This record gives sequence, structure tokens and C-alpha cells, in this order.
Amino acid sequence: MLERSEVLHVARLARLRLDDDEVDRMAGELSSILDHIAAIAALDLDDVPPTSHVVEVESALRADEPGPCLDRDVALAQAPAVQDGGFLVPSPQAG
Amino acid sequence: MDVNEIIELSAAAAIAAIERGDLDAAELFSAYRLRAEADELNAFTWVAEHLPADMHADGPLRGVPLAVKDLFCTAGIPSQSGSKILEGYLPPYTATSVARLQDAGAAVLGKTNQDEFAMGSSNENSAYGPVLNPWDRGRVPGGSSGGSAAAVAAGLAPWALGTDTGGSIRQPAALCGIVGLKPTYGTVSRYGMIAFASSLDQAGPLTRDVTDAALLYRHMVGTDPNDATAVGHREEIRLPTAERLDGLRLGVPTELTTGEGLEPGVMAAFEATLATARGLGATIEECSLHSAPHALSAYYVIAPAEASSNLARFDGVRYGLRAPADDLVSLYTNTRHDGFGAEVKRRILIGTYALSSGYYDAYYGRAQKVRTLIAREFASVFERCDFVVTPTSPGVAFELGAKTADPLAMYLNDSFTVPMSLAGIPAISIPCGLSDGLPVGLQLAGPAFSENRMLDAAHALEQAIGFDGSPARTPTGAAS
Amino acid sequence: MSEVRYEPVIGLEIHVQLRTRTKMFCSCPLSFGEPPNTHTCPVCLGLPGTLPVANAEAIHYGLMIGLAVGSELAPRSIFHRKNYFYPDLPKGYQISQYDEPLCSGGRLADVRIHRVHLEEDAAKLTHVGASGRIHGSDASVVDFNRGGTPLAEIVTEPDVRSAEQASEWLRLLRTTLRQLGVSDVNMEEGSLRCDANISIRPVGTTELGTKTELKNMNSFRFIERGIRAEVARQEALLRAGGTVTQETLHFDPRTEAITSLRSKEEAHDYRYFPEPDLPPVLITNEMLDRARTAMPELPAAREARFASVLGLNVESARLLSWRAELGDYFEAALDAGAAMQPPVEAQPLANWISELSARYDGDDPADSNVTPQALATLVQLVGSKKLTQGGAKQVLDRLVAEGGDPAAIVASEGLSAVGGADELAPVVRAALEANPDVAEKLRGGDMKPIGVIVGYVMKATRGRADGGEVTAIVRAELGL
Repeated sequence: MLERSEVLHVARLARLRLDDDEVDRMAGELSSILDHIAAIAALDLDDVPPTSHVVEVESALRADEPGPCLDRDVALAQAPAVQDGGFLVPSPQAG
Repeated sequence: MDVNEIIELSAAAAIAAIERGDLDAAELFSAYRLRAEADELNAFTWVAEHLPADMHADGPLRGVPLAVKDLFCTAGIPSQSGSKILEGYLPPYTATSVARLQDAGAAVLGKTNQDEFAMGSSNENSAYGPVLNPWDRGRVPGGSSGGSAAAVAAGLAPWALGTDTGGSIRQPAALCGIVGLKPTYGTVSRYGMIAFASSLDQAGPLTRDVTDAALLYRHMVGTDPNDATAVGHREEIRLPTAERLDGLRLGVPTELTTGEGLEPGVMAAFEATLATARGLGATIEECSLHSAPHALSAYYVIAPAEASSNLARFDGVRYGLRAPADDLVSLYTNTRHDGFGAEVKRRILIGTYALSSGYYDAYYGRAQKVRTLIAREFASVFERCDFVVTPTSPGVAFELGAKTADPLAMYLNDSFTVPMSLAGIPAISIPCGLSDGLPVGLQLAGPAFSENRMLDAAHALEQAIGFDGSPARTPTGAAS
Repeated sequence: MSEVRYEPVIGLEIHVQLRTRTKMFCSCPLSFGEPPNTHTCPVCLGLPGTLPVANAEAIHYGLMIGLAVGSELAPRSIFHRKNYFYPDLPKGYQISQYDEPLCSGGRLADVRIHRVHLEEDAAKLTHVGASGRIHGSDASVVDFNRGGTPLAEIVTEPDVRSAEQASEWLRLLRTTLRQLGVSDVNMEEGSLRCDANISIRPVGTTELGTKTELKNMNSFRFIERGIRAEVARQEALLRAGGTVTQETLHFDPRTEAITSLRSKEEAHDYRYFPEPDLPPVLITNEMLDRARTAMPELPAAREARFASVLGLNVESARLLSWRAELGDYFEAALDAGAAMQPPVEAQPLANWISELSARYDGDDPADSNVTPQALATLVQLVGSKKLTQGGAKQVLDRLVAEGGDPAAIVASEGLSAVGGADELAPVVRAALEANPDVAEKLRGGDMKPIGVIVGYVMKATRGRADGGEVTAIVRAELGL
């Protein structure tokens, strides 16, 4: 069973705020999902290589040729807050 | 032609009618547009107000309207992936797969509802409300491409685009009695598809019949300089013509045709179809995919892990919802708290956990190895069989709310579709019968790049089965 | 009780902006001070649905760097996602490399290389202070022009043993990269950034102490001073019985103070996993050949050539090859001097370049007021004895201050050498007459005070006599 503290730690890593009742509910749901997933722990996978890419492609590289950029107005069009031609955010806190 | 005649035409038939001069593209679009606007199934999140101005009506698709799942970016048109965090988001560009179809003459009719960020198998996870199954409005259409499936089944669109990550085209197609194709991974560009799980997501058609699926897929396939994983297809996609299955060897995996969740009615329709296949000259043999029972576990590590990373960009900084906040961290945490639904939060947490320090090898690392095993086992089966055949879904469409209390119960809907997604191989679902009046789907899966032969086999079966999808289509003007 | 002697153990981490035409994963042209957010596209803004595609030229430059430092070049290299949240990171992850980097191992002079890998640069965050738009907090503005610029990260083994060695080695690295043409390597502009990992240990031991990371030093001088200050700090701490805490530190060059950058922040859990949107990069023979063919003369080869072909001493050969600007200036001056009568010789020219370098503040003498032609002329004047060493130094001072032609300065200042018995003998006699006691001693065989006479003559001639020549004439006058 996942502890509340573990859920909160993972939520913090994911920058996700959870309400108190959400934390408890998630702890239960995540635990049951993890229990189900745990079945793969029992398999003998020592000699099996992982698949990180289902497609083996050659030359999936791009030539160093400039392409069109977005107009600044378009780039900023969907922004919640803009200032001095940039995206405005609260400053990161030190420490 | 009157509206009700028009909507009975498959896309291919409509194209033929337009080419003969019996039907006008504008008339066709208008007929569907009015029906989409009057949609009571909540299948659409946006409907075009008029025929697109820049339509390529002389392209091979002749202006036939196309419904597009919400997560495909369509320039200037809301693309929300079923989420509140992207409510009203207007992308400045169009997804390659959609642009290709538009170049071929498709006209975007509307954006369809879906489970939020493609996470779900019932379309009950949408921030814009659930979609209703046209066969029975108290039931789910399946997911995550529930809106696309319901729209096609109900005759609100001749065909639609969906995406499949663990079954999200095939399963709703099965529950709605239509055809859904998940192509070989990498044959269709993912550029412009709001990502869920990068190594699994694939765009594909949801259509009335196999010929339409082949036709739509044919115009989607290809490499893309904007997608490094798009390899295109080795063959030109043909329209299927096969009427028989002589010489075809079909494998029935033990692991994917048993289990407690498998409904007797589904099994009965499945076995009846196997008999039909034998009648068409196919041989059926049992085979085994030993690792298939673990596919779901591997999937529910890999997909959430990739999703947890793909969804990190939704942070309230550059687009989408921004919640009120006094400092940067709160900006992130409040925005994501307010903007994501419960299922999305669950998967982000599972995914983050699986990748986090100390857990990578136990979860993600192992899941990637299970993936290798499954791919190898399919390859081995395909040395003896041309295709693998299974029921698409363990059950028929269930009632709204029946599985929402237990996430695991919902995940089991994907049991038979997930193994193919992990292996990257193509699979198609075709309607094969009814159980208690609700559609049952049959899934055919083949080796990578086998779409042409698979579409032929599916076509032959489809002809023999003779499934009638019309009960789902309420005629215009009739009481609903 | 004998005091323990400590030695510094330093490893360096260098980020190099590559001067490709476009960004690492999209085709935006690189930006050099353009207005904010004018060099962006959906990919480098991290818009939903976008995908990265790797820049072939950046890979090429990475291979060249690897060849220059003798690394092993991986036949197959993959990108990883490094996941964390920060406003300058639009996707919520940086595409970088983890356990399969492009280059492993290698060595440059006496420092071993651990690895070289490729990644994308973050955007630029500028603090703007209070903003009415952001309630309750200071605000920052994000400019994505820089975001996505290709970076090569070079990590050394902890082989550096002093602050001086660090700055000297970094100059060599900079020269090497400049010769390769892969980067502008300008620390002030940010195309070369260096962090240092510093620990100390008792001399003679092999175990590594706890290290701290010193970041954000943007000149070689600051790096040297910063490292020196941190080593001193750690030493004082250990001698006082304390322990070093692993942390990230900032060095303020004005106050020499070292402050903690991240005191209580939890260590990042980056949750690395292979980037699913980018297939493995296969390094073909073609790519290797192209990189090998593109290699220019590297510092080690230039050093050997300066020593064996031009006959420079060890010190000069190294200085002029490890600092590209000095080497280029040297070769330009040598070219100019080759046409003179007699031709200017290499070692004297090298010596005078050291003199110039000591007088000119900047890194590149080509930016000073002294042209290579002028310096060659100066050396030629000394070589043909038209100017003494002392006189030449005065001329050089004038050249550094105002530029011009050495011959003209000599003429206008009356600095030409005074030489020959005719000119000097009267002055020597005057010197002896003015210092009769010294003259007495000298005549008696006591040579010690001869400097007084020579000094008198030098002063009288305003340094235009050659000291050796004067000494010989004094002896002659005294009949010694």
C-alpha cells in the first residue's frame, strides 16, 4: 500500500497539487494498479534486451537548413500573460 | 438525392457518386454538417459552420467530409484533446496526417469528443462530457476515440480519424459496430497529434467498411520531415478486392481468447465468425502468445511513463489554462490540479513513479523487456500463421458509469488490443455480429507492413458476415 | 604534529554552443540578440503535438570534437529525456544524452575526457521585478530564441590539480574548438560556459573528497580565481574540523565571496528515459569520414610544427599553439616579416608577441592597435640593431597606446639606437669622469660597480644604447 508521503512526493515531482481527499483516493487506486503491474516482477527477463524504439530507422536526421519561424504575435497569441515581447511568469524562487 | 440516401453511402460510394455527377460535394458536406450540428450523442466538440473555403475538391477524396478526433491539431480550430487544460486552444499549424488528407480533398467536418489526452476506453473521461453509444444511449461508445466511432456509426460523418495507443481505435469501433484500423507504428506521421504515449500512438481510420478504411489510410501514409519516427509504408495501399480466404492461416492465441472478463455472447459471435472464415477457405489453428497476459501490465507502465513526460509541457506558461497563483511552483501545481481530470492525474502519477529514482529498473526497464518478448512471440507466431484473430474487446458496450469506480476494471477493456500496440504491428477491428443487440468486434492482427493483405482478408470476411450497421443511424427527420 | 597537505581535485564541465545554422531539433535559425521570441516555431516553443528531429550538422560537429580529443565514437547513440520543471524548459524536459553518449573517453593534453554529448539549450529567463500582472511575486519574462540551440557538453575526469591548470587547459580547449570551427567559443556571449567540480584530499591519498559545483563563471580569469577561492574555503573548513557539503556554489568575482546557489532544494530526480521521438543515431562510415576530413591542424600538431619546423623553444611553441589568437597573429607577423631585409626570425618574434600580450588587455592581439606588420617591423629594427631592447619596449608601449608605424615612432621620438665606438666612447668617458671612485675601482680590477657606468651611459642616451656594447666600450676605455 502506497503511503500518503510517497503519493505526495511523486505529486511534487509531477508538479501536481492534490487535495487531501485526492491524496487518499490516489494512494488506494495507485496501489491496486501497482499491485497488478507487479506481476512483471516475477518474470525471468535477464537475457532480454529492452525495446526503447519499435522502429529502427536510418537517416532520421535533418539537414542544417533554416526554415520559417513563427511571427512573434502568433507565438504569443495563446499566452496567458505577456510582457516586453516575452512570456510572463512568476520568478523562480532561490533556495 | 435526399439526406437519408446520402448518409447511407460509404465514403467510397459517395466519391463515385460525385465523380458520376449524381452528387455534389457541397450538398454532401451540408447534409452531414446539419446532422453533426444536431448531434445528441455529444460526439462532436466542434462542428464547421460552412464548407471549408480552401478545399481541394478535385483531389481523389472529392470533398468528402471527415470528422477528426480532437487531439489532432487543426490550425485555427479548437484542439483540446478532450481536456480542460487546453480549452479553446487554437494551434498555429495542422497535423501532417490531417493536412495530407486535406490535400487529397477531405473536408474537415468537425472535431470529435474523446477521453482526455486519449486516456480511457469509454469516453467517460472527457472534460466535455461523455459520448453516447448510438446503439444504446445508456451505454458507452468505447474510447478513447469514442466521438469518432459514435459519429461514424450514427451516420453523423461518413468517416473519421482516430488514434490508437492501446486499443483506442479498435475498441470503440467494436463497441459501435464499425471498422477501425490501427496501422503499423511509424506508417503515419504523428506530427500534430497531441501526444499521449509517443512509442505507441498511431493515427488511423474509423469507417463504415473495410474499403473506406483502406482508402483513408492510403492517403494518410508516408514519411514526414517533421517526424523522425515516421517510416512510411513499403507498399502502395490498395483497395481490397478479396472475397475468399483460401490458403490463409489464422492463429487463435489461447491467452487472448480466454479470461474471466470475456462475455459468452462475445465468444459466441467470435466462434461463429471463425466458422465463416473456415467456410471461406481459411485454416484456423490454436497458437500461443505466452507473454500476452503481461502485456497489460507492461502497457500500464510504459504508456503512463511516456505520458507523464509528454504532459509536463502543460504548465500554464505558454498556452492553455493558467490557474491563479502567487509563485511559480503554485502556478504549475494549481494549473495542473485544475486542468487535468482524475484519470490523467492517475496516469501521470503512475508514470512519474515508474520512472523515478530507484524504480526505473523494476518498472519501466522491465516493461520494455516484456515488450521485446511480446514482439518476438508475435514474430514467431507469424512464421506459422498469416494473421492472428481475437475478439477485439472482452465485452460489448457497457452502461455509462458501470466501470468508473474501479480504474483497473476499465483497463481490462484493453486486454486483447494492447499486445499489438506494444509490438507495433497493425490490427483491424471489423463488426462480426451482435450480442444482446449490441455489436461485437473481431480483431485481425498481422506482421508489420501487412496492411494490404490484412485489408483483403478483412474485406472478404466483412462481405461474408454481412453486418448491418443501420440500426445505429437515425434518419434525419425521424424521431430519435 | 606535521600539518596535512591537501591537493585540489578538479573536474570541469563545459557547455559549447555549436555554430550550426539551425537549432538542435528544429529548423529555426540560431539567434544573435534578435528581439525576443522572433526565432521560434511550434517545436522549440513546445506546442502540443510537436516532435523533434535531430540536426545532422550538430552530430557532425560532435564527432569532430570527439576526434579532436581522441574519444571513442559510439557506433550507435541515443537521446534521453531529462525531466524537470522550469520556465526556460518549454517541454518540461530537456532532450539530452544519458548512458549512450556520442563520444566516450579521450584526452586533451594532460586532462582525460570522460565524455562528450549533445543536447539542446534552454531558453532565456530575464528577471523584470514587480509586475502588476503577477500578483504577490516578482516576475520574469521568457524569451525562447535561445531555446533549442545545439550544445555539446564536454565532461573531464577529475584530473585538474590547480586553478592555474584549469584556466590554462580551458584556453587550450577553447583554442581547439575554435580551430575546429564548431563554435564561437565566446565566454562573454555565452557560447562557452564552464562549471567546475571541486574537492580536495590529503596529498598521497586516492579517495575522492566531497565535491562542490561552482557555476556561472564567465571568464578564464574568474574561473581561476573562483577555483582558488573554493579550494581555500574547503581547506580552511577541513582544517577547522568541519566537512564539505555537496552543494552548488556561486563565485562573486568582485567580492571573492562564495555563496550557495541551491541550499535546501532537493536533489533533482531527472527520471531519464530514452527519447521515444528520436530513433537511435547510427554513425555511418560516411559520417566518420566526413568528420575526419574536416579536421584542421589541432594545437598539438601546431605545437610540434612550431617547435620542429620553426625552431621555437618549448615554452613559445606551447603558448602560441594553445592560444589560437596568438598563434594566428604570430603566423601573420611571420609572413609580413618574411619579406623584410633581413627576414624576421621566428623566436625573436615569438618573444615580442609575449611582450605584446603582457601589455595588451584583450585575448586577441589582432584587436589591438598593433598590426602584425608593425610588430614584425619592430622585431626587424631590433634584429638589425637599429633599436635596442629598451628602446623597442618604449616603441611597443606607444604602438599599443596609439598604433602607427614603428620606424616613424623611432624617428619622431629620437629613439634610434646609439651604437658604435664613435658615438658611445665620448659618453663612456664622460661617465668615467663623473664617477672617479668607480673608475678607480674598475682600473684596479674590481668589476662589480661597472653597472654604475653602464647605467650612466644608458641614462645619458635615454636607453638607446645596447647594454652589452656599452660594457665592452667601458672595458676598452679602461684598457681592460
